[in-house]
Amino acid sequence: MSIDAGDATRMMAPYRLRLFISGSSPRSTRAIENLQRICEERLHGQYDLEIIDVYENPEATRDLQVIATPTLIKLLPEPSRRTIGDMSDPDRVLAGLSLLASVPR
Amino acid sequence: MGKHTIPSIVEGHEAAAARLSKALTGITGLDDLTLGGLPRGRPTLLCGSAGCGKTLFGVTFLVNGVTEFGEPGVFVSFEERPEDLDANVASLGFRLTDLVAAGKLVIDHVHIERSEIEESGEYDLEGLFVRLNYAIDRVGAKRVVLDTIEALFSGFTDGAVLRAELRRLFGWLKDKGVTAIITGERGEGQLTRYGIEEYVSDCVILLDNRVEDQVMTRRLRVVKYRGSAHGTNEYPFLIDQEGISVLPITSAGLEHCVSNEAVPTGVAGLDDMLGIQGYYRSSSVLISGLAGTGKSTFSASFVNAACERGERCLFFAFEESPEQVIRNMNSVGIQLKRHVDAGLLKFEAARPSLYGFEMHLARMNRDIERFRPNAIVVDPISAFRGPSSEIHATLVRLADICKSRGITAIFTTLSSPDDPLNENQRSVSSLMDTWVSLADVEANGERNRVLYLLKSRGMDHSKQLREYQLSSRGIQLVDVYVGPEGVLTGTARIAQEAREHDASLQRQHLAARRHREMVRKRELVELRIAEMRAELEMEENEFQMFVDEEGIRETTRRSERDAMEAIRRHHRDQ
Repeated sequence: MSIDAGDATRMMAPYRLRLFISGSSPRSTRAIENLQRICEERLHGQYDLEIIDVYENPEATRDLQVIATPTLIKLLPEPSRRTIGDMSDPDRVLAGLSLLASVPR
Repeated sequence: MGKHTIPSIVEGHEAAAARLSKALTGITGLDDLTLGGLPRGRPTLLCGSAGCGKTLFGVTFLVNGVTEFGEPGVFVSFEERPEDLDANVASLGFRLTDLVAAGKLVIDHVHIERSEIEESGEYDLEGLFVRLNYAIDRVGAKRVVLDTIEALFSGFTDGAVLRAELRRLFGWLKDKGVTAIITGERGEGQLTRYGIEEYVSDCVILLDNRVEDQVMTRRLRVVKYRGSAHGTNEYPFLIDQEGISVLPITSAGLEHCVSNEAVPTGVAGLDDMLGIQGYYRSSSVLISGLAGTGKSTFSASFVNAACERGERCLFFAFEESPEQVIRNMNSVGIQLKRHVDAGLLKFEAARPSLYGFEMHLARMNRDIERFRPNAIVVDPISAFRGPSSEIHATLVRLADICKSRGITAIFTTLSSPDDPLNENQRSVSSLMDTWVSLADVEANGERNRVLYLLKSRGMDHSKQLREYQLSSRGIQLVDVYVGPEGVLTGTARIAQEAREHDASLQRQHLAARRHREMVRKRELVELRIAEMRAELEMEENEFQMFVDEEGIRETTRRSERDAMEAIRRHHRDQ
C-alpha cells in the first residue's frame, strides 16, 4: 500500500515520510486522511509519503523502531523526527515535520 | 446444556494442569524454591533496584531455555543496546551472538527517544505487539524477557493509554503461551516504579542488594506465586563467573539419613580413641585449637586418607592459598598434590571478607553441588567475623547441606589462649557431632601438644588427654604409658587443675564485683532517701507557713467584720 506522487517527484521531493498504521482500523484511516490533507495543504506535493501496514511488514517496525501506531516518521529533511497518533492535531503534525516550532506538552 | 457441561469440566482440569505447569529456569536453587520453576505460559514480574541482577536473571533464563530445555527465546531490551548486553553477559560465559546466529534467540532493542516524538491524537502500542509477535514467531520462542518495560513510561505521555496497553500486552503474552519475565525497577512504597505489578499477578520475584558491614549480599524473595507453594524466605544468591545461584534453605529439617559407617580420621591413634575407629560418615566434626596446634594438619590427614580410598574431597581454605596448604602439608609428610592431580581433591580458596556469610554459604553450596564430594573441610570457621547468631545460622545450614548429602564435614576453629571456649565455638558446638580439642600444655619445663575428645555423639570414645607429635611422618599419638609415672596423666591433671584454678579465680572476681556493686547501690539508695526526706521537710515547712498565714488572715477578717458591724450599728443608732 503506497501512495506515490510519481517517480519524478520522489526524486526531488524534499520531504520523505513514512506512515506506519495497523491494518484498516478507523484510527489508521483517520491518520491517513488527516496526514494527506495536511501534506497537500502545506507541502504542495513536494513530498514522498509511504504508508506501511505493520501487519504486512512487521520487520519494518524493528528497522525503524516503531512501537506506537500510527507513527509518522520524517526521514528527510534531517533531522529525523516522529509523530504518533491519528494526526488529528495539525499543529503537532507540523511540529513533527519541523514546519512549526514544537509546542511544549 | 448437557453438551456444554462435560467439556467445561475437562477444560477445568486442563486449566488446573496448566496452572501447575512450570518452566525450569535452570538457575541453581531458584527451581528448588519455586518447586519447579516459573509458571509456564505466564508472565512473571522480576523487580529490584538498579544493579540487582535483573537483566542477568532474564538472560540466564533465556540462555538456559535454549541450551538446556530446547526452548528458543526472545529478549526485548528497552534499555541496553544488544552490543552492551552481549558484553555484560560475556563475563558469565554466555555467547549471545552464537545463539542468535543459530536462530535460537532474538535480541530486539526497543529504542525510545522522547525528544524525537510529537503526539498528535490517539495511538496505541500495536507496533510493539507486532514486533514482539514477529520476533517470537521467527524463532518459535517459548520464553520472552521484557527488560525493562517501564522504560515506555518515559517515552509516552499518555499514562492511561500505556497502562491499558500494558494490561493488554500481558494478556496477549498469556494467549501466546510464552513464559515471560518482565523486569521492573523497584519503586517507593510499591514493588515497581509505575506499579505494573497490578497487571502481572501470577508470580512476583523481588531481588535485593544490601550492604551490611561493608559486605554486599544479594537476596531473592518470591513475593507471590499464584496456585503454587513456594519458599517464602529471603534467599541469598550469588552472581559470579559461574552464573547465578540461589541458595534455598529448604533442607533445615532433621530428617537426614543416619549412617553407621565409620570413616577413618587419617590418624591411627585418633581412630583408636573414637570407639568406632573413625568419625561417623556424614557427621560434623569440629577441630578446635590454639594457633600452631595442627588443626589444618588433622584436616589434611583426614582428606589424605579419604583420597587414598578414592573418595572425593573439597577443601575450603579461608586463610591460606591452596599452594600454601599443599606446601605446608608436605612438610609433615602429607602429599596432597597427587590427589589434586587425580581430580579427587579440590581446593576452593576465598578471603572470608570477600562476601557476607550467606554468599559464602551460597558459593560453598554450589561448589558442593558441582563437585559432589564425600567429605569437605572448612578451614577455619573462626575466620568469619560478624554476629555469632548469623555465623551459627550459616553453619547450621552448611552442616544440614552436608548431612543431607551424606558428606562428612570437618570444621576447624581457632581458640584463643585466654578464652578457651569462645562465643563462636559455644554456639556451634551443639551442631557438631564430634569435637576434637587440641591444646598446648606446659609440663616439666616443656610445651606439649595434647588432644582430647570433648564429645563424640553416639560412640564410646576415650576420655583421656593424649599427647601427639607433628613430624615429617604426619601426626603421631604418643602412647599413654610412656614415661616413668604416666607423664600424660600428670599433664592432664595439671591442665585440669589449671582450669579449676582459673574458674575459682573467676568466681572470686565475680563475687568481689557483686559485693562492690551492692555497696554502691546501697549508697545510692540512701542518698536518694536523704534527698526525699529533705524534700518532705521543705514541703511540711511550706504547709505550716500557709496554715499560719491563713490564721492571721482569718483574724484580720474577723476584726474587720467586727469593726464594720460597729460602724453599721453606729449609723442605725443615729
